[in-house]
Amino acid sequence: MDLILVNIIDGLVTGLLLFMLSAGLTLIFSMMGVLNFAHASFYMLGAYFAYQISLALGFWMGLLIAPLIVGVLGAGVERYGLRRVHQYGHVPELIFTFGLALLIEELVQFIWGKNQMPYFVPDALNFSAFAIAGNSIPAYKIFMIFTSLAIFIGLLFILTRTRVGMIIQAALSYPRTVEALGHNVPLIFMGVFGVGTALAGVAGVIAGPVLGTFPGMAFVLGSIVFVTIVIGGLGSLWGALVASLLIGWLTTFAKAYNIAMEDILNGIGIATPENLDSNVFRDLWSITSPQIADILPYILMVLILIIRPSGLFGKRHS
Amino acid sequence: MKSITKLGAVSALSLVIGASASFAETIKIAFIDPLSGPFASTGTNGLHQFEFAAEHMVNEKGGVLDGDTFEVVGFDNQTSPKESLIQLQVAIDQGIRYVVQGNSSGVANALTEAIDKHNRRNPDSRVLFLNYAAVDPALTNDKCNFWHFRFDANADIKMDALTDVIVADENIKKVYIIGQDYSFGKAVSAAANKMLGEKRDDIEVVGDELHPIGKVKDFTPYARKVVSSGADAVITGNWGADMLGLGKAIIDNGFEGPIYTYYAAGSGMTAAFGETGKDRIRLISQGSINPIGSEEARATYEAFEAKYPEGNIDQSRIFNTIGMLAAAIEEAGTADDVVAVASALEGMEYESMWGGKLFMRPQDHQLIQDMHVGVHTDENVDFDFDNSGFGVVNESTIEMAGMDSPTTCEMKRPE
Repeated sequence: MDLILVNIIDGLVTGLLLFMLSAGLTLIFSMMGVLNFAHASFYMLGAYFAYQISLALGFWMGLLIAPLIVGVLGAGVERYGLRRVHQYGHVPELIFTFGLALLIEELVQFIWGKNQMPYFVPDALNFSAFAIAGNSIPAYKIFMIFTSLAIFIGLLFILTRTRVGMIIQAALSYPRTVEALGHNVPLIFMGVFGVGTALAGVAGVIAGPVLGTFPGMAFVLGSIVFVTIVIGGLGSLWGALVASLLIGWLTTFAKAYNIAMEDILNGIGIATPENLDSNVFRDLWSITSPQIADILPYILMVLILIIRPSGLFGKRHS
Repeated sequence: MKSITKLGAVSALSLVIGASASFAETIKIAFIDPLSGPFASTGTNGLHQFEFAAEHMVNEKGGVLDGDTFEVVGFDNQTSPKESLIQLQVAIDQGIRYVVQGNSSGVANALTEAIDKHNRRNPDSRVLFLNYAAVDPALTNDKCNFWHFRFDANADIKMDALTDVIVADENIKKVYIIGQDYSFGKAVSAAANKMLGEKRDDIEVVGDELHPIGKVKDFTPYARKVVSSGADAVITGNWGADMLGLGKAIIDNGFEGPIYTYYAAGSGMTAAFGETGKDRIRLISQGSINPIGSEEARATYEAFEAKYPEGNIDQSRIFNTIGMLAAAIEEAGTADDVVAVASALEGMEYESMWGGKLFMRPQDHQLIQDMHVGVHTDENVDFDFDNSGFGVVNESTIEMAGMDSPTTCEMKRPE
């Protein structure tokens, strides 16, 4: 039973990390209507920049500087790339960000090579915070939890309680009116895109030492980020949070407990066929939850799309 | 910067080959392995070692036959069996007679079948499959064929050697087995269960599971299960990013015992484990790097490091593959007749520069060689991996491992 608590913490860490990624993506989407396929690539850039900076200045400077660089790069991409492509509609925008993702991966391989980078957890956090029944919880995980929560609260505060947030939200629904009131809407868009990519950068800086810093890291997380914002509802910050946590716990618990399909089927009253080896459904009967843990979020996404097409917290399209 | 020097080296190399082509043939070797995707680093490092071995062991020494040189051509298969078959066809169309591959037994299974079929239908363009790393035992048992040669010890032989070391440790009473969910991971698990049971029946297997290959983002939940199972040791056949992710998660989340592995070194992994893996990660391998097998091996390693400062010779069997292929071509007197070359390889005895004798068992084309179990450490390391100061130091050696291991291979030889 102690394991349940441990898994709740692990799932929380996974979920919050996913949130940092999807928050930026969903923010950009709600502002600009652009699904940024290169979002996970900015996450990868965050990890690589932080690794490079940490060699010279240590981890903490990496955490501070790398997201800034990523954010500036993101803003540059918006200003000199997306804005020009925007006039041709959504499809060219999608293709542009898709190409950008491939380009960033190639660039990373060109500069750093294809190997894993020795990017480590800082010494100050490299100890076990506490242990539950022999399962140690690394201090770094606690740090990850607090950083993500701080970012969420910060974002929520800015968007709902400040003047900047008000203008951003207004620009989302009534860009022309906001422009007529004297605000620079293109500049707001650029800022939001920069902040969104910087958030992905932060996630990369923090995840790099734990999940490994290698050229495939964007690819591994690329699709799950979209699943998260679809489940949460495109454009909703709360939705992104809830969906991230849901996915974090869902995959963690599915991996942590070997629940066999056979037990579930038996549980709902279907008896195991006598000769399983020659049965056409053999694979279905022998499947266990860790094997399908990583596709469970996709199943959840399909279900959500069927039941509630706009996602858990999504606003209905008018 | 690194890539620019590499580009220069490659173009210089191709100039040399181009210049010498007028009086000597080039023997092309197709390298079909992942050069992109999550396992790109493993594949790329393998390609570098092949290119270097061909250059250093054959071309610089005047080539084979009358000055024929080796050229290794990289084909990216993205670790996909389907893509590999396409690349195989491209290689054959380019007139290539020798195929090397190693990453993923799934791919090797597809290739060996396709090559067998191709060779039966096209006697004029037959190819040999030199498998340098795919260790699914089936390849030299039920699925064996005349065209396939394996230069790495198979999973059973490796597990036999590993379990010898494990059962000798009185402190190990509970073992957790975890691996990637495909033919190789299953073979490792089956062999570990069987051999531990035979050698010491008081050892309990407290966990035995497979995870999706190349798809797990975070191994923490698996690590939790390992820790809470009370295991004293872990056995895994994982490789690439899966090995690093699993190893890091297990150590970070409080596991204290040794982790017995097949592929936890080199390709950035040794550096990425660093201090955390010290005296924890144990690894089975062929060829001795620390201490180095011979003066020739030392010179080879130093030359490799001079050319690829970021690289490692973490697969010494690649050098054995090139060395034995060159010897077989010399003995056959031709590189075009692959049946003659294959016949020369069968039963060949070869002195490896990494120390020890090699014997290509004719019954199943499985290479028999010394196996070493080493530990990840930064002490007594002559040759480190990834310039990290950490490397693998031999702890025990099993001579001619699996010399009499059984095989179910019934090989049909061409007329």
